[in-house]
Amino acid sequence: MTTTQEITLPTEPFVLNIGPVHPSTHGVYRMRCTMDGEVVRDIEPVFGYLHRGLEKLAEERTWTGTIPLTDRLDYLAAMSNNFAYCLAVEKLAGIKVPERAEYIRVIIAEIQRVAIHFIIVGSFLSDCGAMLTPMVYALRERERILDFFDMVCGQRLTYNYMRIGGVSQDIPAQFLPALEKLVKKLKRFIDEFDVLLKQNEILLARSKGVGILSKEQAINCGISGPVARASGVNWDLRKNDPYSIYERFDFSIPLGETGDCYDRYRVRIEETRQSLRIIEQAMQQIPAGKIIADVPHLIRPPAGDVYAHIESPKGELGFYLVSDNSIAPYRWHVRPPSLINLAALRDMVRGWKVADLIAIFGSIDITMGEVDR
Amino acid sequence: MAIVNYLHSGGLTAPAVAADWPGGYWWHWLFYAVAIIVALLIMVMGAIYIERRGLGRMQSRLGPNRVGPFGLLQPVADAIKILLKENIVPSTADRIVHFMAPIVAFTPVILILAVVPVMNGAALADLNIGILYVVAVSSIGSVGVFMAGWGSGSKFSLLGAMRNVAAVVSYEIPMVLSIIGVVLFTGSLATSQIIARQNIPFILMQPLGFLLFFAAACAEINRSPFDLMEADQEIVAGYMTEYSGMRFAMFYLVEYAEAIAMSAVITTLFLGGWRGPWLPPWLWFLVKTFAVFFFMVWTRTTLPRVRIDQLMAFAWKFLFPLGLINLFITAIQVLVWPDSLPWILIIINFAVMGALILIWSKFFRLGWGRVQV
Repeated sequence: MTTTQEITLPTEPFVLNIGPVHPSTHGVYRMRCTMDGEVVRDIEPVFGYLHRGLEKLAEERTWTGTIPLTDRLDYLAAMSNNFAYCLAVEKLAGIKVPERAEYIRVIIAEIQRVAIHFIIVGSFLSDCGAMLTPMVYALRERERILDFFDMVCGQRLTYNYMRIGGVSQDIPAQFLPALEKLVKKLKRFIDEFDVLLKQNEILLARSKGVGILSKEQAINCGISGPVARASGVNWDLRKNDPYSIYERFDFSIPLGETGDCYDRYRVRIEETRQSLRIIEQAMQQIPAGKIIADVPHLIRPPAGDVYAHIESPKGELGFYLVSDNSIAPYRWHVRPPSLINLAALRDMVRGWKVADLIAIFGSIDITMGEVDR
Repeated sequence: MAIVNYLHSGGLTAPAVAADWPGGYWWHWLFYAVAIIVALLIMVMGAIYIERRGLGRMQSRLGPNRVGPFGLLQPVADAIKILLKENIVPSTADRIVHFMAPIVAFTPVILILAVVPVMNGAALADLNIGILYVVAVSSIGSVGVFMAGWGSGSKFSLLGAMRNVAAVVSYEIPMVLSIIGVVLFTGSLATSQIIARQNIPFILMQPLGFLLFFAAACAEINRSPFDLMEADQEIVAGYMTEYSGMRFAMFYLVEYAEAIAMSAVITTLFLGGWRGPWLPPWLWFLVKTFAVFFFMVWTRTTLPRVRIDQLMAFAWKFLFPLGLINLFITAIQVLVWPDSLPWILIIINFAVMGALILIWSKFFRLGWGRVQV
């Protein structure tokens, strides 16, 4: 702004409701935006439209019976949710998981991460207006991954596969050879996808420098997962607080520099590559043996509380469980990464245009099932 | 003026539109008026089919293939479905404006086709200001769009309408500049003369002009990557958010009819219109028109959408200077180039186009993340 006062028509801000029913709010999220023409001055997030009372429901069920509820948290990454919950109960009850089950869990969780990152990258690009083409390409590859989940548990979306102390059934004999082929295919696909998009001038224009989240702010808001790592926060629970058997694998944590939408996109693409590396190593090391520990049908963990967390595709997914030594949890609380990653949304979008608001929101990557529970 | 002499030679004399129809001039008018409307509707159905099947092919899916052989009757089925829908007028709407808007938007599209010859001399009117008339008429459509945006009484509609008006006003200028390049070669604004003098299609003589015109035309008719007037990820459906039933169908029709009309104008200006060997003229015209339209479908599947400020910057900082430079170079060529070597001129023009676009894209970025209003 120069010293000469610009002569403009007087304008007044207006309120625009984006959501709860809107093509790109990834569910039923609602943003009450105060707009100045095209520019977003302020937003007020409103959520709760998908509240199903899962935490209360869980208190009425047995410890094992709540696993299907975790599927409905982040319905795109149901395996990760199973994993986190089972880890928490095992920590509480002191159950030792057999080696083979640990490997199966890691393989499954990492393919799940690849699958969900494909969805997110695809839908981010479609939020940038790319007419669904990247989305459809990414979903096509995700379908191949879903076939593998189908192979191990017969389900494609809500798996209910992992159990306290292991997994529900062993992987079939053809699983690992087929997975080896899939990993090769996916590597080629990721390279192709990346080449098509990373130098696209319009994508760069739409995402580079847009919606910057600084490192300090990411830490202050408790943001985790790819969003935090894109801002340069070197925090990945698989390295920083290794759970299960993640210390045994050699992989690196991709970090972004500026924390803009483009970095978040890049970090996700790189993470899929690292996940494939983990899967390859796990496939070589997987031993034979039992797939589930000797656990009674009705578990009664000792009275007490526990917090266990994993690096879910979206960030730190934690379960806080309180037991009173009965067959049902006394308190069943989730720390959902989707909800907490939204904490910085308001600061990220202020001053940007409505088109950027959608792009930034898409790059944060939320699932409403997890936000509202 | 030598190169112009080359273009003017060739023995093709453009006849005036035949006035000696049985029954006189009125019959000629009536015949062409009916023929244009019918042909336009049929071509729109073809365009919808090409678009949906083309999108399907490019996105590794099938596209509509259930209705009729190869899904050819899909546009008919769409039309029947949409006719049976209820016509909803929102309570906040200005009823008259809301009602008038689709009509106002549709009329200019038919008017454009009045001056486009499909065969030698086969046009409703051979205006001696033909191409100027096209430019003038094509921007009237934005009045209809703005009426729709304002009359709907919805904020999404209004945002879409504002974007449309801004885009149309900006992109008229590079569009006209690139037309002037052609007109310098032909020495006439009449479409029949423009075609008669394309011994070499002007896409070869004016490659840069063609690209500028194509980009400007895409922005003017809301085709991707400039389709932010109906950006479904951001503002739902832009100006037609509040339309349903037949009125929505009118806007849908306008969208494709505009694309067809602009393809026809591009065919006339740059691809030699109906001229071509072996095939009958009207078939050449159709083939070229749909080839241009297919190119639009192709860009739509490939590119993300630009933001509103980037759209403006692209018009004023990229297309406008290049249009001026192109005009300057063309004027010099028309003055000094001898008529013996037209093919060398083509090579030079392509080299100039490549160099200019390369140099300009070094200076000009689509504003990576900078907020420019």
